Amino acid sequence: MAIRKLLIANRGEIAVRIIRAAKELGIRTVQVYSMADADSLAVKLADEAVPIGPPAAAKSYLKIDTILEAARLTGADAVHPGYGFLAENADFADAVVAAGMIWVGPKGDAIRVMGDKVAARIAAERAGVPVVPGSDGRVDDPDQARAIALAIGFPVMIKAAAGGGGRGIRIAHDMEEFERLMPQASAEAKAAFGDGGLYLEKVIERARHIEVQILGDGKRAVHCFERECSLQRRRQKVWEEAPSAALPQALREKLCASAVSLAESVGYLGAGTLEYLYDDQSGQFYFIEMNTRIQVEHPVTEMVTGLDLVREMIRVAGGEPLRMRQDQIVLRGHAIEVRINAEDPARNFQPGPGTITALTVPGGAGVRFDTMLYQGYTVPPFYDSLLGKLIVWDEDRPAAIARMARALEELTVEGLPTTKPLHQLLARDSDVRAADFHTRWLEPWLERNAHQLGTEETTE
Amino acid sequence: MSKQILSPLPGTFYRRPSPDKPAFKEVGDSVAVGDVIGLIEVMKSFNEVQADQAGTITGFPADDEEPVMAGQPLVDLG
Repeated sequence: MAIRKLLIANRGEIAVRIIRAAKELGIRTVQVYSMADADSLAVKLADEAVPIGPPAAAKSYLKIDTILEAARLTGADAVHPGYGFLAENADFADAVVAAGMIWVGPKGDAIRVMGDKVAARIAAERAGVPVVPGSDGRVDDPDQARAIALAIGFPVMIKAAAGGGGRGIRIAHDMEEFERLMPQASAEAKAAFGDGGLYLEKVIERARHIEVQILGDGKRAVHCFERECSLQRRRQKVWEEAPSAALPQALREKLCASAVSLAESVGYLGAGTLEYLYDDQSGQFYFIEMNTRIQVEHPVTEMVTGLDLVREMIRVAGGEPLRMRQDQIVLRGHAIEVRINAEDPARNFQPGPGTITALTVPGGAGVRFDTMLYQGYTVPPFYDSLLGKLIVWDEDRPAAIARMARALEELTVEGLPTTKPLHQLLARDSDVRAADFHTRWLEPWLERNAHQLGTEETTE
Repeated sequence: MSKQILSPLPGTFYRRPSPDKPAFKEVGDSVAVGDVIGLIEVMKSFNEVQADQAGTITGFPADDEEPVMAGQPLVDLG
């Protein structure tokens, strides 16, 4: 059943992105919005818009019943959840289907399996995907936990089986510390998630974050190569690339093939991402988790493959089989995305909402700016600080970096602070140019370069 | 003339450090300069609001978890 009217259960730049994809497919769009988003670009672009509550996300964008009612009132036959909010809420996915609509994403059960770290790890191992050495599943017995910790070697990461977003994670460097942290971690997991179950994982000290984009139609899956997102601050990605400059071709093929086999083993439908740690010293890669949604950094994959991932996920949700064979997906050139956030890098990334008094969007060949900004728009303080994503493509990585520097120079956002100066400094950095970084590279770099960020113009 | 403590930032006002903790201050409490009277959440970042004047609290013109503008009164002081 092809989708005729799509409700977008999200906001910001991703809502705009989804509306654009739907319009190109001839699908009508319904945008739900909180009272803080009445003037948003997504509301202006959508065919219809329905208010769903006050600014707080818990009272609007996370209200399943209200969103379903908006869908019913407008006659929407499908729901796209974007990323964040309810995108990985299996109960919402099930409720959309139970209400007789199409969920643009994998089935609730696939979200459940992949959202549970232990279940995801087991599914990965079954599909032959290498995982970080650790306990095979949850550990409840302290003696067994000690034996596993000794076997995999310190430092060991203690994680809540039911956790997420870095919560409930502790690192033990020796057995003494391990004995002290285990009971704490269990108690905290019990308090936070109602489940004290833990699992153990070896800490990969110096690793790159590499992730594989996949698309599935419920039967067959293809990969769209990898992205590298090693430049992170507080576990938030800052600068993303496709492909990874660190991955040898033979390993790329192996990594991507393993992602496809995992996706097919769970009958995956829609767009998804398998995240891995990659140790470039040993050449080992390890599966860490799967995200069952479109991701913020999906445009870099679109730039190097020529695919429209949001369009493809809407098509397969509507019941079409995947339109391309694996050998028709070709990697070409290099793409980089930087996140333009309403944060002041000179003041420890303090967020600063405000009104956009002037906006100049960069242009020219190979440049794309996915944003919800327009001149005169007031960025509300109630949601995350992402204003837009500046994406460039060029024939190779050095050319892409030069193009990014040029595009950043053209970009002006006035009225609030942005992370533009950070990206300008990164684009000039010799380690960044040499792609010599890992997931813990950026934070010490920020400390060392604080003085330079402080002197950059921040409100341009 | 009554005094007020104003929100320094736009965002969401919280009177409690976390949902399961008691409020920082109640009506009738005395406040010294520098006391934390609440939090303002701005784009998922939490900022303490410190009293910039002393007095006794007579009311909270902004409710817990209420969206506020910069400059909006949070606390009435007697």
